[in-house]
Amino acid sequence: MSGVRVLVGTRKGAFILRSDGLRKDWNISGPFFGGWEMYHLKGSPVNPNRIYASQTTSWFGQIIQRSNDGGETWEPVGNQFNYDGVPGTHQWYDGTPHPWEFARVWHLEPSLTDPDTVLAGVEDAALFQSTDGAATWNELSGLRTQDSGSSWQPGAGGMCLHTIIVSPKDPQRIYIAISSAGAFRTDDGGVTWRPINKGLHSEGIPDEDAEVGHCVHHITMHPSKPDTLFMQKHWDVMRTDNAGDSWVEVSGNLPTDFGFAIDVHAHEPETIYVVPIKSDSEHYPLDGQLRVYRSRSGGNEWEPLTKGLPQSNCYVDVLRDAMSVDMLDRCGLYFGTTGGQVYASSDEGDSWEAIARDLPAVLSVEVQTLA
Amino acid sequence: MIRVVLPAHLKTLVQVHGEVELDVSGVVSQRSVVDALERRYPVLLGTIRDPTTRKRRPFIRFFACEEDLSHDDPETPLPESVVSGKEPFFVIGAMAGG
Repeated sequence: MSGVRVLVGTRKGAFILRSDGLRKDWNISGPFFGGWEMYHLKGSPVNPNRIYASQTTSWFGQIIQRSNDGGETWEPVGNQFNYDGVPGTHQWYDGTPHPWEFARVWHLEPSLTDPDTVLAGVEDAALFQSTDGAATWNELSGLRTQDSGSSWQPGAGGMCLHTIIVSPKDPQRIYIAISSAGAFRTDDGGVTWRPINKGLHSEGIPDEDAEVGHCVHHITMHPSKPDTLFMQKHWDVMRTDNAGDSWVEVSGNLPTDFGFAIDVHAHEPETIYVVPIKSDSEHYPLDGQLRVYRSRSGGNEWEPLTKGLPQSNCYVDVLRDAMSVDMLDRCGLYFGTTGGQVYASSDEGDSWEAIARDLPAVLSVEVQTLA
Repeated sequence: MIRVVLPAHLKTLVQVHGEVELDVSGVVSQRSVVDALERRYPVLLGTIRDPTTRKRRPFIRFFACEEDLSHDDPETPLPESVVSGKEPFFVIGAMAGG
């Protein structure tokens, strides 16, 4: 029987939630790496038992862990992330030049074709690649050194590269997003990059439709439509149908279009999900009601999904990498909260249940659908 | 033999329970002790000091003989009682509460 493995990164360790294809009974193992911030765990699409994990604290820096048995055992691998050449500077909060300094890995993106190849998005914003199972890392420095790099400036959460999407149609095409520089695309495997932010409007920057400087929170894509992307920006939900050459707003009837997480249905490329958050100054659901919103039309028309979710006195947040979908026939959705709950739906979001309730604050959720 | 006490998270990382005992040749200093630690346990590279500049990470402290040696020159010889193994060299994760 098929099964599901949910990889949960939290502020105080990692947890793995397992169920069979029915998705009714869940087994929780962990904490792995207790006490460490686990920003992200993700398995190889080629070999699901190969899982990479980003383990970090402000005390002891960055560790990368690798599992070859589906998370039963782990081994630390390479943690040397050295910027290519003389890194130069970006803008600091006060507008002065600030040297690029590695802080942590926010996101790990295993290759679609090779279990030993993995990309890492880091803070201060840069993209690294390993082709030896994360033993060694090399920067794809064309991103950081393209024209606008020296003008990038961190947001309140740090200048992090948090989203990496490799096109399944053309592995030379990679999309990334940086807070708060915006979205970028390469069409040559990471050698050269260009900003793809046309159509974004952000009130928090001096030039509202500038080429860079937008606080993109997350981007998602359905593999069958690799030129269509959906974006949750600081404010606004956006879509593009030309690989980021231009974006249009699809916030439509959302009660608030601020948020972090966004994902797309496994089998319906025009069905998308967001978790609206009240505002940039109040990071919790509107009116204390935790609601996922679903659009079956690729945006603009949204419906609230509330069954099984707390509808009063709920003041948690759902962070950018904390939502994921499984590939089972009736698509399952999963998201984690800063209150330590992991909610799951086995019916495309129609109803929800908490499959973990009292974990540390959830930073990331990734789902593996197992044969 | 130099005795080193690691903080709990680093003990877990290198899978030791008690103290670490190290042979350190030449001058026994913060630098030579951490060099020897990193040679024994390569996974510690970057966890105690910056791998490039070799500067102590901000939330790490070095204690020995009831003294905070963190701000000493890393090349300064450690106290004789550490060199002789009578006293351990402590790698400390700075306290944080809340």
